[in-house]
Amino acid sequence: MDIAVCIKRVPLLGSAIVLTADNMAIDTSKVGFGLSPHEECAVEAAVKLVEENGGSVTLINMGHVDGEEQIREQMAIGADRAILIDTNGVEPDPQAAAAALADAISADDTDFDLVLMGSESADYGGSQTGIRVAHKLGLPVVTSVKGLKIDGGIATCERAVGSTREVYTVPLPAVITVKDGLNIPRYASVPGRMKARKKPVDIKQVSFADSRITTKQLVVPVQEAKGATNLGTGAEAADALVEVMKQIGVLS
Amino acid sequence: MSDLPSSAKAVIIGAGIVGNSVAFHLADLGWRDLVQVDKGPLPNPGGSTGHASNFIFPVDHGKEITQLTADSVRQYRDMGVFTECGGIEVARTPERVQELHRRMASAKSFEIEDTEIITPARVKELVPFIDESVILAGFYTPSVGVVDSLRAGTIMREKAMALSALTVSANTEVLDIEVTNGKVSGVVTDKGTIKTEYVVIACGCWSPKIAAMAGASIPLTPAVHQMKDIGPVPEFADAKGDIEYPIVRDMDTNMYERQHGTGLEVGSYAHRPILHDVDEIPSNAEAALSPTEMPFTQKDFDLQDEHSYELMPQIIGNESVGQKYAINGLLSLTPDGMPILGETPEVKGLWSAAAVWIKEGPGVGRMMAQWMVLGEPEIDLHQSNVARFYDHHKTRTHIRARTSEGFNKTYGIVHPAEQWDSNRNVRLSPYYEREKALGAVFYEGVGWERPFWYEVNAPLVEKFGEAVMPRTSEWESRWWSPIINAEHLQMRETAGLVDLSAFAIFDVTGPSALDVVQRAALRQMDVAVGKVIYTPVLKPNGGYQSDLTIMRLGHDHFRVVTGGAHGMADLKWFRDHLPADGTASVSDLTSAMSTIGIWGPNARKIMEKVTSADLSHEGFPFGTCRVIEIGTQRVLASRISYVGDLGWELYIPAEQGAKLWDAVWDAGQEFGLIPVGIGVYGTTGRLEKGYRAYGAELDSEYTVLEAGMAMKKVKDQDFTGKAAHLRHRDEPVVAHMCGLTITDHTSSTGEKRYPLGGEPILTKDGQPITDAKGRRSFATSAGSAPSLGKHIIMSYLPPEYAVEGTELLVEYMGEHYPVVVERTGIAGLFDPTNERIMA
Repeated sequence: MDIAVCIKRVPLLGSAIVLTADNMAIDTSKVGFGLSPHEECAVEAAVKLVEENGGSVTLINMGHVDGEEQIREQMAIGADRAILIDTNGVEPDPQAAAAALADAISADDTDFDLVLMGSESADYGGSQTGIRVAHKLGLPVVTSVKGLKIDGGIATCERAVGSTREVYTVPLPAVITVKDGLNIPRYASVPGRMKARKKPVDIKQVSFADSRITTKQLVVPVQEAKGATNLGTGAEAADALVEVMKQIGVLS
Repeated sequence: MSDLPSSAKAVIIGAGIVGNSVAFHLADLGWRDLVQVDKGPLPNPGGSTGHASNFIFPVDHGKEITQLTADSVRQYRDMGVFTECGGIEVARTPERVQELHRRMASAKSFEIEDTEIITPARVKELVPFIDESVILAGFYTPSVGVVDSLRAGTIMREKAMALSALTVSANTEVLDIEVTNGKVSGVVTDKGTIKTEYVVIACGCWSPKIAAMAGASIPLTPAVHQMKDIGPVPEFADAKGDIEYPIVRDMDTNMYERQHGTGLEVGSYAHRPILHDVDEIPSNAEAALSPTEMPFTQKDFDLQDEHSYELMPQIIGNESVGQKYAINGLLSLTPDGMPILGETPEVKGLWSAAAVWIKEGPGVGRMMAQWMVLGEPEIDLHQSNVARFYDHHKTRTHIRARTSEGFNKTYGIVHPAEQWDSNRNVRLSPYYEREKALGAVFYEGVGWERPFWYEVNAPLVEKFGEAVMPRTSEWESRWWSPIINAEHLQMRETAGLVDLSAFAIFDVTGPSALDVVQRAALRQMDVAVGKVIYTPVLKPNGGYQSDLTIMRLGHDHFRVVTGGAHGMADLKWFRDHLPADGTASVSDLTSAMSTIGIWGPNARKIMEKVTSADLSHEGFPFGTCRVIEIGTQRVLASRISYVGDLGWELYIPAEQGAKLWDAVWDAGQEFGLIPVGIGVYGTTGRLEKGYRAYGAELDSEYTVLEAGMAMKKVKDQDFTGKAAHLRHRDEPVVAHMCGLTITDHTSSTGEKRYPLGGEPILTKDGQPITDAKGRRSFATSAGSAPSLGKHIIMSYLPPEYAVEGTELLVEYMGEHYPVVVERTGIAGLFDPTNERIMA
């Protein structure tokens, strides 16, 4: 079973987000980078499927060439090879991104049985790219999957909808976007990292047609002040505590 | 947490291990109304303490750091936050095995007990998951341990609060430090302003930024130390505590591995130096983890992964053991690798307690509090003194150059005379071009390029043959040349010209000038104009602040000349002791004046060729100075000697220095004048004469009596340290500075070996020697005495051993060599009656 997993390098932020001086981007000078948790689950699912069924895991990472760092990280847990699509600093809109990913998938020598993606990226969170890739490739798509089984060329996918579950079956090849919670991604081992350093990464250039969505400005939403309120110490605090419990509906 | 008070006795900025410790010890010494602020939350405000590896190896080659560490360990143990686990430094190379033997010696010199060199098989017994086939030996220190530094900080903070001495304000950012007339007057925070006369900067890698608010300098840089935690490790599945196995330092790869619960922590000082500016550190809110836990850069650790795999394949090579946590942890690096402690020279009342590691934290806190409250710390801190820096040391370029160079030597084999490569040629004397032409080999001292020996003198090595005491061992030949000893012997035959430009020179002037120097100096300073007085300067405890020379140039004019290394600290000392009424002032002439020395039997004949001044012994007695004319130049000549021969120091405005050099040099040619380097001035000439050096034989932990430098009478006038000095004179002296020589240099392999200093002095049956104040005997200096054909070791010895003829041992590189006590008094081994100087 040959699986492609699309991943994206995103900044790992603290509680305060700092924008660049022109408010057009996140200031990443003091932060590190990683993947969205959804995508980490996608890679884990792919690696596990290949461990069970044989095959290969190909990572497709579109963005800055520094994304090789994230590629090596995922290769360290078992991905076999990678395609790095260098966007030369352009942040494509979902249509352009999906077109470039679909082109890379169909141009590759491997006929993928399954394309796994995160349900949305951790930075822009458009939730569109997976669906658009599937559309471009003419493949069925199931989104926001939190349970996945594959048997006899059929994928059984679970989605959480409110307090209920939806279960879909879909024939492969297909595109499946997954959510955090699908599994618990493993930690890379040191030998895994040492092997990862030798695995192949093909770097491809891409240029985009004029984006139909352009960024005018980024605004950091006002965050509600967080913090604890000291209600007092010992028995003297009981009344205040009861009052709070009433307010939140625990007591009536 | 209380609201911020509007005034305080002292404000401590920072709530890491250092700030908490300073707060507690200030309270313990009786200070009240203390305020501690930190921009982060408690108990972990997000600085380096919060992510520290928290292990402590007590052995170091430096006395100061060893003592701070030992004091800290005592405190951690008392607080119940110290877990002893043992530690092993492993050697992969023969050079490292030799270094481990050197560490054994330092352990004995500075009283770290029970260390031993162990075989790979024994290492394997202690650390079963190591591959013992890649190592040659281990240096085992059973008293290595791990501390809970956050808990220790909390305990100390809470103790200070329990004394009603301390108000703590977390999440409080310092915005400015107010300075009035050169003194700290307040701290401005985002929660209000606190009026205060004392501010302690214990802000770790943020310290430079806070100091700059007051116009002061704390020259350190935030730098990355990478570490990762892997696990769960099957071998540690049953681990009950934080640590159960000895910590391993893989010295030759600059790495360490320690069990941490069910995980293994792997840390490195091997990666490329990764330096940051303070402004690049994220705030608590911006940081994904904490501000000083920066994103791990795996590429910088790739090689380290392989090295740790080699040493511990069973764990590192286990594919089921994952990397749970990895950071580029920030710590503070300084250009010379030492902490930055004490009151800043720029601003009174502004104290630095920065660049301190976990292993030194509580000890530093205790010493800082003593320094602030009592006026001096009980551990001599001259190597850590914030006042040690010259201006160029404070530049970003210098800090980055030296910390980059020093970082990978964290576990390095650093030779005692090792030179820095980076940022050289900063301070060049007026004689530099002349010296270069003579093949000077330059060593750096506080930025000065100082000739250590001259290649032009190489033919003298052949002339003197075996008398130069040639060395065959690589270690002792490193940073050394037999030319040094050849120059020494030639100077004793004819004369030598020595560049002394690194001296720090400052003038004390004004109606109260005599009073200022009188209060500083042990010796009588109310002397005739033209007298030169070599004198100890004491701390209040009667130990050494410095030893230096003071010339009386006029009724109200004294010139202080002191060693370059300690010059800026001495300058601060004098400035701190000026009268408040402005009737005396200190001006720094270090860069304005340059100095050469000419010594040797022919020195007078040479000088008489260039001046018509009376240079006879009667006309220009020893211990006097005067201005003489040399051609068109007026030169301050001072008849003293640090090398044991007749001669003068010549002081000249720097821009005229080259002309003076030429005049003396040309005149000297017919009398066999040679250029002589600092190798002679600082070591061979000095040691033959038994001259004590500050920072080696002399520091604040030893008294004038112990150093053998007391005068027959104590002057009537008051001076700093007088009361203590008088007391010392009435007490039995428990250690005496002695001159020892090695009687057999031959090692077990038949090679002649020559200790370089720092080695323990042992009894004839190999036991360490401790005096009644608990101080070990060790070689404070060691070096050739070519005129005697011997190798001299200086050491303090308790009275029962400080007897001429006593046979003892010195431990060097794992072997014992016999030594004999040759001198117990102040007289030199060479020309003890000073006939040559008095010629």
